[in-house]
Parts: sequence; C-alpha cells; structure tokens
Amino acid sequence: MISKSKLLVSLLSVAIFATGCSSNSQKASDSAATDAANAVNEVVTTETTEVAADPRDALVGVDTIFYFDFDQSLLRSEARAALLIHASVIKELNTSVRLEGHADERGSREYNMALGERRANAARDFLVLQGVSAALIETVSFGEERPAVVGSSDSVYSQNRRVEIKY
Amino acid sequence: MIKNLIAKRIQLYILSAVCFLCVSTRSHAELIIEITEGVDNPTPIAVVPFEGGSSLPENIASIVSSDLARSGLFSAKDPKNMLSFPSKTEDIFYRDWRISGVDYLVIGNVKPTASGFISQYGLYDVNAQRQIFSKVTSSSQNGLRDIAHTISDEIYFALTGIRGAFSTEILYIEDLRKDGPGRYRLVKADADGAREQVLFKSSQPLLSPTWSNDLSKVAYVSFETSRPAIFMQELATGKRTQLTNFKGLNGAPAFSPDDKRMAMVLSKDGNPELYVMDIASKRFTRVTRTSSAVIDTEPNWTSDGQSLIFTSNRGGSPQVYQINLVNKRIERLTFDGNYNARPRLTPDGKNLIMVHREESVFHIAWQNIASGDIRILTQTSLDESPTVAPNGASLLYATKYRGKGILAAVSIDAGGKVRFPSKRGDVREPAWSPYRKK
Repeated sequence: MISKSKLLVSLLSVAIFATGCSSNSQKASDSAATDAANAVNEVVTTETTEVAADPRDALVGVDTIFYFDFDQSLLRSEARAALLIHASVIKELNTSVRLEGHADERGSREYNMALGERRANAARDFLVLQGVSAALIETVSFGEERPAVVGSSDSVYSQNRRVEIKY
Repeated sequence: MIKNLIAKRIQLYILSAVCFLCVSTRSHAELIIEITEGVDNPTPIAVVPFEGGSSLPENIASIVSSDLARSGLFSAKDPKNMLSFPSKTEDIFYRDWRISGVDYLVIGNVKPTASGFISQYGLYDVNAQRQIFSKVTSSSQNGLRDIAHTISDEIYFALTGIRGAFSTEILYIEDLRKDGPGRYRLVKADADGAREQVLFKSSQPLLSPTWSNDLSKVAYVSFETSRPAIFMQELATGKRTQLTNFKGLNGAPAFSPDDKRMAMVLSKDGNPELYVMDIASKRFTRVTRTSSAVIDTEPNWTSDGQSLIFTSNRGGSPQVYQINLVNKRIERLTFDGNYNARPRLTPDGKNLIMVHREESVFHIAWQNIASGDIRILTQTSLDESPTVAPNGASLLYATKYRGKGILAAVSIDAGGKVRFPSKRGDVREPAWSPYRKK
C-alpha cells in the first residue's frame, strides 16, 4: 500500500513537472532530467506548506474519471488509489460530491442505466469505507445517454464505461 | 386473381414489415425512408390522382402510393405512366390498365366541406373487371394525410387480410448531438415519419418514451432535474406531471392496459427493482425483491394486466422473466444465449421481441414463449429498443448506420427492411402507438 504522502509527492511532481515543461519548453528539453529532480524537491516543500492550507491542492493531477471493464463495476487499482485521495479531501472539506456513472452504448438503454448506477455505487461504497459520510455523496447514472466519446470501437467503449466525480 | 392473392398473403405478411415512415410529399419531414430490401414480385397497383386533389396541400394518391410501396408488398404506378385518370367507375377502361400491367386500381375524389374534407374512393380488381369496395372517409381541415392513411389501411386490409397500421403514430427520441437547450427531443410523428411534432425538449437526456393505451398521454424519463425522473404528459394540453423523484434510478415506465397503473424501475431501496404505481393515488407497490447485486428492469405488461415481463440478471446474465402480480410467481422465459433484454410482447401475447446478443453482436430476436423457439430478425449490429406494430406484422427498432443512430423496420417474419435515418442528429427509442380505440 502506497502511503498517502508518497502518493501526493509523486502526483504533484508530475503536475509541476508538466507545468515546467510547458512554460519553458526549451530549457526542459535541454535538461529534462535535472528539472524533474528539482521539481520533486520543490514538491516536498510545497506539500508541507500549502497542502495543509488548502486540502483541494491535493487533488491537482488526481484522476476524476474512473474507468471500468466491460460489464463490470469493480474498481480498478488506479481508481482506488485516486479515490483514496478524494476521500481524504472530501472528509477534510466536509463537502458534498456527485458520482456520475456511465455505460457504453452496447445493450439495452435501461439496463445500461442500471450498470451505470452500479459503477457509481461501487465508487460510493469505496469512499464510505474510507470514512466519508454517505450523506455527502450523491450518485446518478446516465447509462449510455452521455458518452464521453462518440463512436463504436472498443477504445471508445472503454472511455465511456466510467464514473466521474464532481465537486 | 383472388387465389393468387391468397397465395401471396404469406409473402405479403412478410413484407408488411416495411410499413412505415415515408418520405412523402413533404420535403421537410425529419425522417427519410430508404427501402433496403423489398420482396420479389410485388403486386402492381395504380392509385390514380384524386379528382379535386390537385389544388390541395397534400396529394392523397401520392401518400397512398408511398404507404403501399413502403409496405414492400406493392409496386405503385407512377401517374406519368398512366393512360387515363378516371375518377368514376364508368370511366375505367380495364383493358388499358391490364395492358399496363396493373392488377389493382384505386380511384377517388376529394372535396372540401364546412369543417374539412370528404373523400369517396374505390378499389378495383383489374383482371376480374370488378369493384372490390367503394368507401367514404372525411377529416378535419388538417386531416388530408389522415384520409390518405385511412385509404391505405382499407386497401391493405382488403388485399392482405391484415389490419393496416398506416394510421398509427410513433414516438422517438432525437439527440441533436450539440449541447444546448433543445439538444434532446421527444418527437411524435405519423407512422410514416411525417407531421412530426416535438412534444418536449431539454438540454438533458430524455429516454424510454411510452404511450398510454388510450393514446391520450405519454410517459418518459427526463434528466431535467439533474437526475432521472419519470414524467407523464397529456397530448391534448401538453400538461406535464412529474410522477417520481426518488434517489437513484427512476426509469422504464409502462402504462398498465387500463392506464390506471404504471410499472417502472426504482432503486430507492438499494438495487433496481420493479414497482407498480397507482397513478391516481400515487401509491407505490414493490413487485420484486432481490439481493443487492441484482438488476430488475424494463417491465412490460401482459394484456390481461396480471403479469409483468421484465429483464433480470438474477441468474447471472440478463434474461427475460415473467412475474405474476397476484401470486408473485416468477418464471424465466429465455434460455438461449447470455444476453436477452428489453422484452416486448407481440399483440397476441404469444411471442417476445427482445434485444439478444449473439457472438458479442446485439440483434433483435423473436421468441415463441410456449415453444422457446428463437429467431434473429435483424442483421445489423447495436440493435436495440424494438417496438411492435399494433397489427403484429412488423417492428421498428433503433440501430447505428454510418455512425448515426437511426430507426429501422423489419417484418417479424423476416422479409422487407427499411431504414429511416434522420436529417439531423441521432434518432432512437421508437415507440409504436397502439390502435386508437373507436
């Protein structure tokens, strides 16, 4: 199990590294490895000072969309890792969130509404296990009615089978 | 000729698939008709332009010709190739029509009345040189298309023995695929796709439209409150009533045969279960009770109002079940394959029409309930939302064609096929109206 602070460090470093690259691409291409190393150092300081001030900072770069296998509502490991961070932020802020479940277009529409709800419920149950009050979580299924990507290929389908967390 | 007709009747039955959505003379109709598979040797018929019809906004003879041709059972003669335009029995020269290869002839007239229009029309057997019937029908000011579809129904019944469904209507959902206040639309149209009317539009999804059996109301699911809720809407007034506002799923509404109750799926008590609502008292009765992992949904009433046919994955994969509302006895109806869902009963109550997955492709399938015999009716993929014509001869369903959601029709005995793509966005979830009770 990855510790929370380690996760934060790695996620934030990715975010800051990405920002560094885009704001100063020439420099980054010259010495990307050095920048990355510096970024990690910067993050460590950032975490101790700013994250404590605003819990939302912990969400920078953290997934807000969680994907599912075909006909499944089991959370993948990367979804659980991200939901751990969401759980801590929701608890600290005592804020309410909405989990929107979606299905791909295959199969009947009302059955897909139920599949979308099962996925949203799986994410909700995980958050509740982490100590988030169920009263703070609203789940809504959109079934196949709100695809993230339009199309009929396997890669499109995998992007549409999802739960989105909305603050 | 009559013998020939009887011989053709089975073929006709097959072809009646094509019943629906016509291009018609109205160029702004939203749905376009493309006959993708007709029958061999359609019966040649000539519908002569009606006397008094040339100055009217709708061309009755042309609409009747389109209806009959779309059924796949008939080929309609173009008026440009007609030698004469009789409007009275005594003006018919049977030999001319026989030489032109026409088996049946339709003639008539249309006249304005104080309140609308009246039409007298007749059907003739060219080879027997006799009149089959002569009838009169009338309409309101805006009812020329009603007159035409009534004539189509009468001809279809006289020549096939099957009640026509040209005068019925359909509902469907249209998605313009562009976010905005009118992105999702609930549309009502004639069975030929003409005279479409937007009943409701929303920036949020609409789904599962359904008719009341008296045709006075529709019900559907709307996300306008940011969550799914079941709404009922009166057609005459447009008055809308929100019937449900529960946490979780509020879906799959279905009016009982007497329109007093509504079956639906709710997940307010945990997992999706079937409920029946008494519409007047707003009292809910829970119908199914399963463990938390089970999905029960998509209820459809049997015609006696005693049972619901529905989809459930209680056995591991989605299959069709029937529950008796009185004794709560449950029976599994489908066993073929690992995905059978969204069941609809044929009007005689003897067969199921449903979504069936075979080798990971979704088709529409027919199953005889008593024997369990199953037949795949559609060769397209991603087929869903089948709805049976009230005469039981054909069905409409939703599918994908060139990346767009379209409606398509197929005969239940597998024959003629028709596509109805929309000019604009995706169209889906067709719901065929019952017959209007007279």
